[in-house]
Amino acid sequence: MSQYVLRRLLIAIPSLLGISLVLFIVLALAPGDPFSELATNPNVPPEVAAALRTKFGLDDPIYLRYLHWITAMLQGDWGFSFVSRMNVDTLILQRLPTTLYVIGSAQLLALMIAIPVGVYAATKPYSIFDQIANTLAFIGFSLPTFFTGLLFILLFSITLDWLPFVYTTDIKATGFRWVIEQVRQAIMPVMVLGLFQAASMTRFVRSAMLDVIRLDYVTTARAKGLGQARVIVKHAMRNALIPVVTLVALQMPAVFGGAIVTEQIFRIPGIGSLLISSILSNDTPVVMAVTFVFACLVVLFNLIADVLYGWLDPRISLR
Amino acid sequence: MLDNELRTMIDEVKDGRMDRRGFVQRMLAFGLTAPMATQILAIGGVAMAEGPSVYKPTKRGGGGALKLLWWQGPTLLNPHFATGTKDQDGSRLFYEPLACWDPDGNMKLVLAAEIPSIQNGGLAADGTSVTWKLKPGVKWHDGKPFTADDVVFNWEYARDPATATVTIGVHRDITVEKVDDLTVRILFKKPTPFWADAFVGAPQSIIPKHLFAEYKGAKSREAPNNLSPVGTGPYKFVEFKPGDVIRGEINPDYHMPNRPHFDTIEMKGGGDAVSAARAVIQTGEYDFGWNIQVEDDVLLRLEKGGKGKTVYAVGGDTEFIALNFTDPNTEVDGERSSIKTKHPLFSDPAVRKALSMLVDREAVKKVIYGRAGRVTPNFLNGPEQFVSKNTTWEFSIEKASKLLEDAGWKVGADGIREKDGKKLKLLYQTAINGPRQKTQAIVKQACQKAGIDVELKSVVASVFFSSDVANPDTYAKFYADLEMFQIPMSQPDPAQHMRRYHSRNVATKENKWQGVNFPRWVNKDYDATVDAAEAETDLVKRAALYIKANDIMMQDIVFIPVMHRLKVEACSNTLRPVVSGWANETDNLFDWYREATG
Repeated sequence: MSQYVLRRLLIAIPSLLGISLVLFIVLALAPGDPFSELATNPNVPPEVAAALRTKFGLDDPIYLRYLHWITAMLQGDWGFSFVSRMNVDTLILQRLPTTLYVIGSAQLLALMIAIPVGVYAATKPYSIFDQIANTLAFIGFSLPTFFTGLLFILLFSITLDWLPFVYTTDIKATGFRWVIEQVRQAIMPVMVLGLFQAASMTRFVRSAMLDVIRLDYVTTARAKGLGQARVIVKHAMRNALIPVVTLVALQMPAVFGGAIVTEQIFRIPGIGSLLISSILSNDTPVVMAVTFVFACLVVLFNLIADVLYGWLDPRISLR
Repeated sequence: MLDNELRTMIDEVKDGRMDRRGFVQRMLAFGLTAPMATQILAIGGVAMAEGPSVYKPTKRGGGGALKLLWWQGPTLLNPHFATGTKDQDGSRLFYEPLACWDPDGNMKLVLAAEIPSIQNGGLAADGTSVTWKLKPGVKWHDGKPFTADDVVFNWEYARDPATATVTIGVHRDITVEKVDDLTVRILFKKPTPFWADAFVGAPQSIIPKHLFAEYKGAKSREAPNNLSPVGTGPYKFVEFKPGDVIRGEINPDYHMPNRPHFDTIEMKGGGDAVSAARAVIQTGEYDFGWNIQVEDDVLLRLEKGGKGKTVYAVGGDTEFIALNFTDPNTEVDGERSSIKTKHPLFSDPAVRKALSMLVDREAVKKVIYGRAGRVTPNFLNGPEQFVSKNTTWEFSIEKASKLLEDAGWKVGADGIREKDGKKLKLLYQTAINGPRQKTQAIVKQACQKAGIDVELKSVVASVFFSSDVANPDTYAKFYADLEMFQIPMSQPDPAQHMRRYHSRNVATKENKWQGVNFPRWVNKDYDATVDAAEAETDLVKRAALYIKANDIMMQDIVFIPVMHRLKVEACSNTLRPVVSGWANETDNLFDWYREATG
């Protein structure tokens, strides 16, 4: 087992290097300029922008820039934002808690809806409940988050005036009120993201469960005289969850990566909004760091998913 | 004649035979505005009066929280590193310049004790130096005194290329020296009629020497105070998260009486302009929303029964269509739009003239800009005293067609005019931005009716305005026949703006397209006029020269002015902001207050 993990980690190194190289080249070739705003400011002579480009090494050849970046990264230096003139790791760490809170809650909400609904729908396929769940799931994942987000804002903030739609990181209350406010402002983004996730996951859980529930061993378990709940939870669900675990594990990096659209709509200062504003202002070091961390997380969670298989289904052996 | 009369009147004011108001009123009769009149008095030896204050509160604090919404949040808080206005706005909450501009373009004192004038010895008669007296008793937020050393340090800090400041352009050609602890003198290399550039306005805010002295030059990025400003401003720094939020609290030792009004301040970033307008006007979650470039229809709808309104500030920003005077489709020595070529179509003045008649400015205003725009025949639209009254514009497809017809451009089989085998086909580019794409469509439609085929092109703003030499789609390369954008006018003076189009500034491959004359227009008359204006210390003559420069430009049709754009902000019904079209939104923040709701 430990040998397996070690081997997987070793394989990850060249693939991460490859990913970083591709990312870097794509970003370097992408058009744009972190100092574009200076160009139309008559107060700033164009030589100033050009001097800044040289100073930040933007005019160096790509391979040199990549080498600089990778050696710094290996030493734990994540780089330096052109736009904020501060270290990239500080920027990211500042944004991480909010992202974890909002996106994490959304994932939890999605799981809490998807697993019970999916399992129950699978035990009674084509019943009224199943039909309704299916229809809602279809609607749910057909509606993009930017649409539901705006819809929620119009309904809950503007018409009903119940919830704020601008997310603030520092609420000026303490104790219980702070918690209330914190929850209140997160309701809309969490619902938007959570319901969207839940919709696709429900369908996934349902079909995984349907596959398993018809198998002979489930019939055997029933024949032994076990109760319905016990059969479903202990026997069927455990097996049905294997593909679901993959899905959830692969979505975990997204929890850290944030949700670009939703964060933008609700002004949530998370990683997603950092990424999009950095892309828009061509702040390459930040984009590079965020996407690279993202790549690392994908590799890591893939590994975790594989290890979890072994635990969920002892028949799968890891070599 | 005007000159003589003016001199007599100035003397009358000096001797007290005529009061200031009388003078200003007489000047209005000459078509000059109040700010211009006061500037004339200043140069004539009568001190310039400070802009009036509208600030009502009679005690410091008590205004509660002020919540500002900047849909592009500031990403850094050192004015010398501010790449955009948003960063200047954020820095200005804590740092202050010597003086700033009020809504009428009048100077307002901040850290300076008096406005320099010839009378008080502040201005050299030959325009080569300006001496600023600093306000005594001003303290940085950490209690250290603010002195002339700080001002001199800012100059040293900014002009050092290793510091990599964006303010270097202002500081590299001047010399700043300390006269005494509360006096600094700025020396110019040549006579400078507009002396209020260095240390004036938000971009020129002053940082403390005692916290930044160690971080001058290459170490500049390591300064801990880059992210936690210690300034002299009305609010003290509390917290900063780049791109997200800035928080500040009242400065109880602020140097202006009864100010500031608010106890805390918050500037939240992120999102988009429409939802920012919504959060201020419709739900009232925020007090003030910055740069609300939203279609007027939407704003009008939001304002109905809302908790806020839009406010406008008039500056000199002009949205224009620039004509390329060189040929974008011919390559000379590996360079397109080379100054060695002539534009095959625009070298016929009739084509340029016809084009200017095909831009329906009235429709653009009605459909797109609404209250945020004014129709104008001029490129230079402010300050008032520099605005030409000699120009006119019209929109007429018939006249344009006739003009082309008479010049020999005949409609071909495909409906497009042609002459000598050259077809009237134009490429019209701009940055991606809702109003701009709509304007493109309006112009294209009119051109089509007149037999001109226009192909539209839109480029992402970060590319279009980029200084990246390798990119072919920048406005400076101008690989198109027409291009549309605006160059913000960041101070109430046209010098920087008009200097751009001097023939020595033509953008070429040789200067890596850093030449700022992007239409590549060369006119000796214009060059001479701008050169004369720059050396002219008589403000009346100087204004006349800039008006002439504008008129030459309009005669040659280098630009087709599309709209004189106003600044649009969203503001709660109770907030009384002071926003100048000549300065950053937060430049007059010390005068903001909230009217008690009644």
